[in-house]
Amino acid sequence: MASSTTAYWRGIRAALPFLLVVAPFGMLFGVVGTEAGLNLAQIMGFSVVIIAGAAQFTAVQLMQEQAPTLIVLASALAVNLRMAMYAASLAPHLGPAPGWQRILIAYFNVDGTYALSHMEYEAKPAMSLSEKVGFYMGTATVICFPWYVATWIGAVLGASIPAGLSIDFAVPVAFMSFFAPALRTLPHVAAAITAIILAILLQGVPYSLWILLAGAGGMIVGAELERRMTK
Amino acid sequence: MTGWSDATIWTIIVALGVGTFTIRFSFLGLLGDRDLPDWLLRHLRYTAVAILPALVTPMVLWPNATGGQTDPARLTAAILALAVGYWTKNAIATIATGLAALFALQALGI
Repeated sequence: MASSTTAYWRGIRAALPFLLVVAPFGMLFGVVGTEAGLNLAQIMGFSVVIIAGAAQFTAVQLMQEQAPTLIVLASALAVNLRMAMYAASLAPHLGPAPGWQRILIAYFNVDGTYALSHMEYEAKPAMSLSEKVGFYMGTATVICFPWYVATWIGAVLGASIPAGLSIDFAVPVAFMSFFAPALRTLPHVAAAITAIILAILLQGVPYSLWILLAGAGGMIVGAELERRMTK
Repeated sequence: MTGWSDATIWTIIVALGVGTFTIRFSFLGLLGDRDLPDWLLRHLRYTAVAILPALVTPMVLWPNATGGQTDPARLTAAILALAVGYWTKNAIATIATGLAALFALQALGI
């Protein structure tokens, strides 16, 4: 078996636990979208064209609040701006890949595929380019395709999911499972704590800009602490 | 959807799709394998551990499901999940702890 195929299966195995999150998270979007009055095609449009859970929830919520179209777009894209940093962080590893692969990699760049792949590349620096791409596509297979199916199931089942199940909680728990295991050093922890404190203090900043400000603050504190500790 | 025409909804979907893809392609597509400066890479190492905690904070402290009221069950379950994720470095343990703790606390009537 080619080493890239082995890496692909390793990516699949690494991502399997995330099915526990992708399934309820995707279904939740289907349910929320249906309750907001979107039709099945529109709900699937969100999950297939945008394929970014947090931004999809942000957009639908703002649309329900009758926010202006530009605010809906700016806020949802602000939520996704973190992916520019994911792209830059993946660039040293996946940048040399052919153009068509980079297009696919970009389309599948979500929190789960990024976090798992980046962790793998840092842990195994000797991986070849094709192994890195293979691993990434493995995580995307498990995290992205079920996202479409789960959205569809949620939209079709709609309101028949009991409200008492609290599936909304799958969203923050999913994000925590992406970052908690990545808190390996003191600068990591300092970055997270700074971001949390800023997120609380800056809630009043309009258009979801607090996400970017709190994130940037955390990154600066983490990077600066790392620089001082390694001097 | 009330207040939104079919055409506007699809415009939003397509605009967000194009915008999101542009963000995702940005540095990966344009930079290729050119080296990024050290200071930038140092900051990027902290992307996931800064932006994700920020995104989660209001969801845990002021959940939409409870109308923005702090819910002791969700807050406790989130803290337990975070602690387990930190100590075990295991994603599935984090998720299992969070969901199991919330169901248990709700079953206890908290």
